[in-house]
Amino acid sequence: MRVELENLSKAWDGVVGADRITLDIADGEFVAFLGPSGCGKTTTLLMVAGIYKPSGGTIKFDGHVVNEVAPKDRGIGMVFQSYALYPHMTVFGNISYPLRIQKVNKTEIKERVQKVADMMGIGDLLDRKIVQLSGGQQQRVSLGRALVKEPQLLLFDEPLSNLDARLRLTMRGEIKRLQEEMGITAIYVTHDQVEAMTMADRIAVMSGGVLQAYDVPTDLYEHPKTQFVAGFVGNPPMNFFDVEIVAMDGEFRAKSGSIDLALPRDRAEKAAAAGKDKLIMGVRPEDIYLVDDAEPAAPGRTLTAAIEVVEPLGREDLLGVTVNDVEMRVLVDKTKGAAVGDNVDLVFDMSSVQFFDPETEQSVLWT
Amino acid sequence: MGSGKTGRFFSYAFLTLSIVPILVGYTWLVIATVSTRTRGLLPINAEGGIGGLTLGNWSFVFESAIWSAMLNSLLIAVAMVIGVGIASTSGGYALSRFKFPGRKGFLTGTLVLHAFKAEMLLIAIFFVLRWLGEIPLIGPYIGFNSVGGVALVMVALELPLGIWLMKGFFDNISWDMERAAMIDGAGRFRVWWQIMLPQVRPGIAALALFTFIAGWNAYLVPFTFTIGTKVANMPVYLNQLISDTAPVNWNQVAAVGLFQMIPLIIFFIFTQELLLNIYAGGSKGT
Repeated sequence: MRVELENLSKAWDGVVGADRITLDIADGEFVAFLGPSGCGKTTTLLMVAGIYKPSGGTIKFDGHVVNEVAPKDRGIGMVFQSYALYPHMTVFGNISYPLRIQKVNKTEIKERVQKVADMMGIGDLLDRKIVQLSGGQQQRVSLGRALVKEPQLLLFDEPLSNLDARLRLTMRGEIKRLQEEMGITAIYVTHDQVEAMTMADRIAVMSGGVLQAYDVPTDLYEHPKTQFVAGFVGNPPMNFFDVEIVAMDGEFRAKSGSIDLALPRDRAEKAAAAGKDKLIMGVRPEDIYLVDDAEPAAPGRTLTAAIEVVEPLGREDLLGVTVNDVEMRVLVDKTKGAAVGDNVDLVFDMSSVQFFDPETEQSVLWT
Repeated sequence: MGSGKTGRFFSYAFLTLSIVPILVGYTWLVIATVSTRTRGLLPINAEGGIGGLTLGNWSFVFESAIWSAMLNSLLIAVAMVIGVGIASTSGGYALSRFKFPGRKGFLTGTLVLHAFKAEMLLIAIFFVLRWLGEIPLIGPYIGFNSVGGVALVMVALELPLGIWLMKGFFDNISWDMERAAMIDGAGRFRVWWQIMLPQVRPGIAALALFTFIAGWNAYLVPFTFTIGTKVANMPVYLNQLISDTAPVNWNQVAAVGLFQMIPLIIFFIFTQELLLNIYAGGSKGT
């Protein structure tokens, strides 16, 4: 089912939950609403579900405005963070509930529930009480209940947030696989950018009730249109510096106090064309390296830094360093054995450097 | 571990000591019902010696008045459980979930009303009941001097507590469960009946129990709004017994009192486990 949101807004007594959200979702597409808590992503989802009435704008399903259509008539299935199962019913009772309301005949209910339950790997748990299930099993029941009525649109409200990390990984893959196999359009609300990046065809990044960007995951990562998107997408988050762009001997440099780095010509020219005295420069932690045999110091792109914090992430170490008084995060290979207090040379890969207007926080490279 | 043992010893000692007066009182009551006279806990016969046990105090069970009083008590209590139950579960749900004009005023209003003692309202209620009694057909069943009228007044007095109690229980249920049910295809009424009510069962049980006891022991309202023995309930009957006979046969009064308690004791025995659940957790499950 094709979903179109046009200037969709929601406000309660002057508090804005969602502000003129406009986006469209193609049939069979998997879209993630990504943003920090309170950004309006769940509000928008609940408007699509029909639980909240929009204060303004329209929601269209396959070209028809559904603003006034009751949730039960929208042909949707929804999975909640809290699972929202009915604790007084068995697993069978929960999954069959939508069908029982539709007065589907008993043998068909049994068949369809069994089929969905088998698909979810809970086929042998149908007689269990909800409280006897683990969190992962409960979420499968919840997913089964959403799927059993064969909805046109699946809505997910942070469905994996209450699960442990391992389970989250498996469920992530399973949800994606199911959605692809069944070809159901899906909206997936999450604050976890890894989930959004790995699962979604397109990501809508939201902040403060406003849609910040709506793009395919790689574009969000490589061509962030706002400073918010650049900082939110990617983990650990991008480093930002206030810099001036200076042209010297036909070469562009980003300068600010102790920072002085040579810039690639194409990006620097675009940034300089914005005509701002100061710009915000963004460099990802994974684009900064410790100088060693594999990564030799490069003239104009090397700075000396002091290590303040070392956070072992397993395969890599996340370093918190300062270059004089400027703080930044650097992601390095574990084998390099960095220690707190060491002074190290860092080499910057500037090929994917980003620049933002300090006033509007819009990218000066991408529009 | 030693301190744990002495601690337990002291708590048992304390509990034992504190229930002694209650135990003595009930023992006295039971002994009194089967004696002609008592001195302390001892039954006394006419000569002043120990003895004189009799079942004469229980002769009232062969009179129809006590059974009619019992039936009236039961009618009032059951009508209250049903009336308060329906009004509180539906009203509490609406107040917990819907936004409507006057919601806040209603909530504070009921709370303030609950603070009024029933005594203050007796005269006003009298006029209301007299007016209700003039309604054709149903008037005689819900007006002054009818069991229905008494039940109606008692329901009204119990409602503020009931509505607030049920609103509190509904407030504790996540909105998501309700949203899920609505997306699954349930309308408002079905959500309330099939999804929400089962979640607040402990609350309904507690409310039913409180209401039943309040109805069973109701004295002031039935005493004020009924005349004669036909519509008297148990407490009113007991009062009539005390004021009508001279000298008062206190041993018979004790027997009637004990008789009145029997249904409640049975009720408690059967619901003890449920009650403990209510006080322990409020709600079970996730």
